Amino acid sequence: MIKLFSVKFYCYCADKCVFLYAYDRDALLTLQEKQKEDAAVANGTAKAKQSPGELRLQKDISELNLARTTSIRFPNGKDKLLQFEVSISPDEGYHKGGSFVFSFDVSPSYPHEAPKVKCMTKVYHPNIDLDGNVCLNILREDWKPVLSINSIIYGLQFLFMDPNPDDPLNRDAADVLQKDPRTFAANVRRSMQGGVVGGVHFPSCI
Amino acid sequence: MKRVAPPGVERSRWRDLDRLLLRSGNLVGPGFEPGEEVKEILHDMLHVLVIGAGGLGCELLKDLALTGFKKIDVIDMDTIDVSNLNRQFLFRMKDVGKSKATVAAERVMQRVHGVSVTPHFCRIEDKPPEFYQAFHIIVLGLDSVEARSWINGVVCGFLEYEDDGSVKQETIKPMVDGGTEGFKGHSRVIIPSVTPCFQCTMWLFPPQTKFPLCTLAETPRSAAHCIEWAHLIQWGQVRGAEVFDADVPEHMKWIYEQAVARAELFNIPGVTLQHTQGVVKNIIPAIPSTNAIVAASCALETLKMATMCSTGMSNYMMYMGAAGIYTHTVAYEKDPECIVCSAGVPVAIEESTTLEELMQQLCAQFPEKLATPSVSFQGCNLYMRGIFEEETRPNLAKRIIDLMEGATSGVLIVNDKKLHGPLRIQLSINAAQAMQT
Ligand SMILES: [Zn+2]
Repeated sequence: MIKLFSVKFYCYCADKCVFLYAYDRDALLTLQEKQKEDAAVANGTAKAKQSPGELRLQKDISELNLARTTSIRFPNGKDKLLQFEVSISPDEGYHKGGSFVFSFDVSPSYPHEAPKVKCMTKVYHPNIDLDGNVCLNILREDWKPVLSINSIIYGLQFLFMDPNPDDPLNRDAADVLQKDPRTFAANVRRSMQGGVVGGVHFPSCI
Repeated sequence: MKRVAPPGVERSRWRDLDRLLLRSGNLVGPGFEPGEEVKEILHDMLHVLVIGAGGLGCELLKDLALTGFKKIDVIDMDTIDVSNLNRQFLFRMKDVGKSKATVAAERVMQRVHGVSVTPHFCRIEDKPPEFYQAFHIIVLGLDSVEARSWINGVVCGFLEYEDDGSVKQETIKPMVDGGTEGFKGHSRVIIPSVTPCFQCTMWLFPPQTKFPLCTLAETPRSAAHCIEWAHLIQWGQVRGAEVFDADVPEHMKWIYEQAVARAELFNIPGVTLQHTQGVVKNIIPAIPSTNAIVAASCALETLKMATMCSTGMSNYMMYMGAAGIYTHTVAYEKDPECIVCSAGVPVAIEESTTLEELMQQLCAQFPEKLATPSVSFQGCNLYMRGIFEEETRPNLAKRIIDLMEGATSGVLIVNDKKLHGPLRIQLSINAAQAMQT
């Protein structure tokens, strides 16, 4: 006679017994065979599991609230949301009339981690350096999981409405803005038209 | 004594295990039956997977093999670096550059007679879910949130449910997770659907501290600021075309030299190559005794789970080595709305139900939760509001069973502005009706 040996894992917190395996030798083998069969069946139809980041992005993207000045583009379509581009065309401020593209790279553990955001358009701006690094607090030290893609886009729009020369990434631009806003405005216009500012050439972005 | 004694060596070898498994006592778990059979199960039947063959992984493999697990697999994508040798004791100088999994497997088999360790030298993402399904217990010796999160998703994805919404118990795959960071460590038992999964308690892992970029660019005050400046700003400015790779020694040396120059400029002490590697790779110095303590706890939980010789830990032990050998065990609770492990709300529909009808049914059923839902299934956005509304609108008129490619049950993810996180719907399509048509 086969003795059915069953093992239960007892967990106090859930206050219930969980039956994990039938440890009768035959039953164990049967279970393994069954799992193999299930796996073989599942093989054909199994789809990649979605990461928590993708699940959360579905929410963020379906609830995006874009201003007229902003657009978003998903190069890989509606089911691959982790990489996308946001384009901002400010309708006020120094950069009015320009169009600036930001790349978003979202980690599978989003919103545990902030998205990586870079400015793909070369821009003359005190808080964005010439390599596209953006100094925005919520992208780094002040990121919190309750924030969303919407919050970041607001933050980026705000950078164009109110450039902050006190926290510069582009020191030259910050100095000019601080000392002589009219020259700064002229520099911004020249850069957006595809001109040279401070020895650096800016491709046109109008 | 009637029991036939095994050969002397084997007998003395498992003497301590025998004390746990061959007799009963007041510490045993419910349903425990002492005897040779449970030993046989431990030795010959149970198949465990160790993920990670680093500091924690070496300890885990050694502990599990010496505990009597004889069928072990180990997976790790890393190769052995000379800096590993102080604590990853299965490796020798001549092994530098070889696969950690391969060398660890060989070394354990050489040292522990009768154990079979199968190495897998690859990323965990390279293996399909079926690979993970084949093991009875999965033991994690990982150092990243991402890797834990990935395997957690796979293992919770195995869960299947009865028609009444209860979980099918044979689909539960238990995990034991260990982690260490300097003097701190934890071990925990994850029984999907019973104890919290990794995602349920994500808040236990604080995000790494990130310095403001403008501080790095303008007002560095610490060695770490100088290193991060070289890493995040200077690299792009000087070597922008190249992708930085922390595993290329020349890249790391360049970052180090740039950081030293910057530190001199601002009169900041403390930039060393080791510190540079630590900051760039976000490495906290590993302490061998922390690994040993955490791995011992994990191996013990694995043994308890496998044999029921004692009740399992409930469910998260933290170890704080800086305060002495101080541990504290907490029974964390599952997040009932966890987007990875929660069962979701059972909802039944007819075969003829369209996506639009389902959405109306859901809004009527959960008026306090849903008003303007978006719906996805297995990573495919069936209907999404916002910029993809127009693209997904044609799906509204389609039958759910067609959108689910013929499946009669599955988990739908529903998002709504009224919800703070996605709602899981455990959908079953009325099979009786399906038979008639
Ligand atoms: Zn969970």
